[in-house]
Amino acid sequence: MSAVLDHHAGHAHDHPHGWRRWLFATNHKDIGTMYLLFSFTMLMVGGVLALGIRAELFQPGLQYVNPELFNQLTTMHGLIMIFGAIMPAFVGFANWMIPLQIGASDMAFARMNNLSFWLQIPAALILVGSFFMPGGAPATGWTMYPPLSIQMGPSMDALIFALHILGASSIMGAINIIVTILNMRAPGMTLFKMPLFCWTWLFTAYLMIAVMPVLAGAITMTLTDRHFGTAFFNPAGGGDPVLFQHIFWFFGHPEVYILILPAFGIISAIIPAFARKPLFGYVSMVYATGSIAILSFIVWAHHMYTTGMPVTGQLFFMYATMLIAVPTGVKIFNWIATMWRGSMTFETPMLWSVGFIFVFTMGGFTGLILAMAPITQQLHDTYYVVAHFHYVMVAGSLFALFAGFYYWAPKWTGVMYRETRGRIHFWGSMISFNITFFPMHFLGLAGMPRRYVDYPMQFADFNAIASVGSLGFGLMQVYFFFWVVLPMMRGRGERAPAKPWEGAQGLEWEVPSPAPFHTFETPPKLDATATRVVG
Amino acid sequence: MKTTTQLAGPLCGAAIALTPVYLAPAWAQVADLPGGPAVNQLNLTPPASAIAADIEWLHWVMLIICAVIFVGVFGVMFYSIIKHRKAVGAKPANFHDNVRVEIAWTIVPLLIVIAMGAMATPIVIAQKDTSNADLTIKITGYQWMWGYEYIKGEGEGISFMSRLDPAHRLAADSGNPAAKDDYLLRVDNPLVVPVGKKVRIITTAADVIHAWAVPALGVRQDAIPGFVRDNWFRADRTGDFFGQCVELCGAGHAFMPIHVRVVTAEEYTAWVRARLAEMQAAADDPTRDTKNIWGDATGLAMQPAEVTAARR
Repeated sequence: MSAVLDHHAGHAHDHPHGWRRWLFATNHKDIGTMYLLFSFTMLMVGGVLALGIRAELFQPGLQYVNPELFNQLTTMHGLIMIFGAIMPAFVGFANWMIPLQIGASDMAFARMNNLSFWLQIPAALILVGSFFMPGGAPATGWTMYPPLSIQMGPSMDALIFALHILGASSIMGAINIIVTILNMRAPGMTLFKMPLFCWTWLFTAYLMIAVMPVLAGAITMTLTDRHFGTAFFNPAGGGDPVLFQHIFWFFGHPEVYILILPAFGIISAIIPAFARKPLFGYVSMVYATGSIAILSFIVWAHHMYTTGMPVTGQLFFMYATMLIAVPTGVKIFNWIATMWRGSMTFETPMLWSVGFIFVFTMGGFTGLILAMAPITQQLHDTYYVVAHFHYVMVAGSLFALFAGFYYWAPKWTGVMYRETRGRIHFWGSMISFNITFFPMHFLGLAGMPRRYVDYPMQFADFNAIASVGSLGFGLMQVYFFFWVVLPMMRGRGERAPAKPWEGAQGLEWEVPSPAPFHTFETPPKLDATATRVVG
Repeated sequence: MKTTTQLAGPLCGAAIALTPVYLAPAWAQVADLPGGPAVNQLNLTPPASAIAADIEWLHWVMLIICAVIFVGVFGVMFYSIIKHRKAVGAKPANFHDNVRVEIAWTIVPLLIVIAMGAMATPIVIAQKDTSNADLTIKITGYQWMWGYEYIKGEGEGISFMSRLDPAHRLAADSGNPAAKDDYLLRVDNPLVVPVGKKVRIITTAADVIHAWAVPALGVRQDAIPGFVRDNWFRADRTGDFFGQCVELCGAGHAFMPIHVRVVTAEEYTAWVRARLAEMQAAADDPTRDTKNIWGDATGLAMQPAEVTAARR
């Protein structure tokens, strides 16, 4: 991705070179590249933690880590994957693609964009460094429930600080994206002609602005409970531990849509391109995204069915949660209707997209089952939940990110990936993913609780299978980096044309590959569909 | 206990563990634990209460509905993938809207989820109805054990702690535990309740949040420090039923199991009499530990504050 060429040498807006280019980066493409490399690094870090978990759970008994460290691994795996891998990866995609898709010259606030990215680095260092603090990393689970969080050592404070930094970074990133989309579209690019990736990111950015401060509030109150004698959540002083859960999940549930809505946008770009047919139900896609975003604010307590809510609360959150199945279903149906009577080919981006629809829907169904409050009385905090959210976060968000990478990386780097390698990566990941996570449904139904360092021996075989699968899944991502990403970054491979995909639509394919350092410096003149530049 | 340095080799650890150990795993001889997990169990634990049976029924209904939708939707998708591909000469159509179809696939799923909600609602209401209990037991979560107090009904006044058999904890630490059907599920003092009686549980905790769950009885309730919550179960057969703590509560989270022994009314009466006599004897013992507020015959119980302090 560093292969971005500078076609404008001697240009008045020349940019710094060497390390200054990156440290002082204000170019959306450079910042997007840095976000993507950063998020992949964190994916590897979080993945190593996950393999530590799976190694320990490979067989009954404690072999590799003690229970304290095990809890630290589960906590930091979750936090690093959510805040370090998936969120920054989507922000990287937004940085690269939104200006190109709407015909803007750059993001609206170029220097704030730089700050948003560079804030991630100290936060990530603090997160990873917390393992080396006295008492080790926080061991509360990523949900940080008090009073356990109040018992934690100094690394809990480090975590709170890191999350504050990441929250500030996310809010700045979100403001930047909203202003870019609302103010910097090329003439003729009306809102309802925008690619869906921009639409889904617009909703996502609003969700971020709405809920990141809520998280900041919850963790700040935890901090003052820990050190300044307050008792918001500490029952020893009359506080309510469940209040934290309400605040946390008021952030946490919209957060999971922050992690999936941009994925919907990527899939909505790729399916029509490879079906060579326009997206079915564009307007209903936009409204479905909006409905999901709004509903996400009124379903938070479905994470808390077993805390003991009144029956009316239990019923309200159950009904509201089940409603989400409707707009999500609309999206799935629209994608399949887009494929229907198309003229499909299955290059790697399409493979990942179809794989996404198939596996993500399984996560959707288990979500519907978990939405049923009575069934959750059996499944809450079991491996069924672990299976469910990995089907939506890995097979959902991560698979969509891979789809997007294969789709747009030729634009970023100017070279094509090797199709065989893309297929190996897809099938290897798809198979090992299911080997890892499908048996967890059985474990959860049988009652194996999550966040357990050791388990009754009846659970041994499925745990062993899951551990083997996880190793395979991890190795596939190493393969992806060394055999797909690295060659592309080095510019090794077949030259990519401006539009490498026959059916692709949109302004990003109107600029050369690799995309020059500056694009759309003067607003382009667009055709009626706002997908072509006409001079 | 292991240290952080042993994180060093989880990767190669998994590879090593794959080869020699897996060829003759200790747990290969493990059998099903009645009332607890079965070997490679695929579905919910066989129910031993009406609520658990209702949940199992609802889960089956949901699973079937989801499976039918799944097969239908992906049948269409895979048909399309096979028939509408460029390689077989498919020419792309150009439609991109159909208001009728779109309304239909919004309304029909809405009706389906309404039907699902209608089926779940009576079960939610039943789960939440803790009135008219025959027996009320207060359950307190500690790091990392359970305290039981019979506070109303036959057996009132009985209280004791319930802990994992320490031999199991040591076996876990050894890294190669011998095969046991009740590995990590055996406790010193099980909770004893009569069959067919409505047992209301009141949960709380002394330190952090725990959760008390017994899958066969269809009961799962968070135990929250400073607050009380309630839930209930009515076992419809005698036997031993097992569960585990299901809210992350620190390093011993995996080591505070739950064992409920459901007995006949006569056996229960006899147990209550014996237990009360034991407690009386302990209370009359001039050498007793006066700080032992739990009156626990085993003499192992500590005051909550001490428990917390010891665990810090």
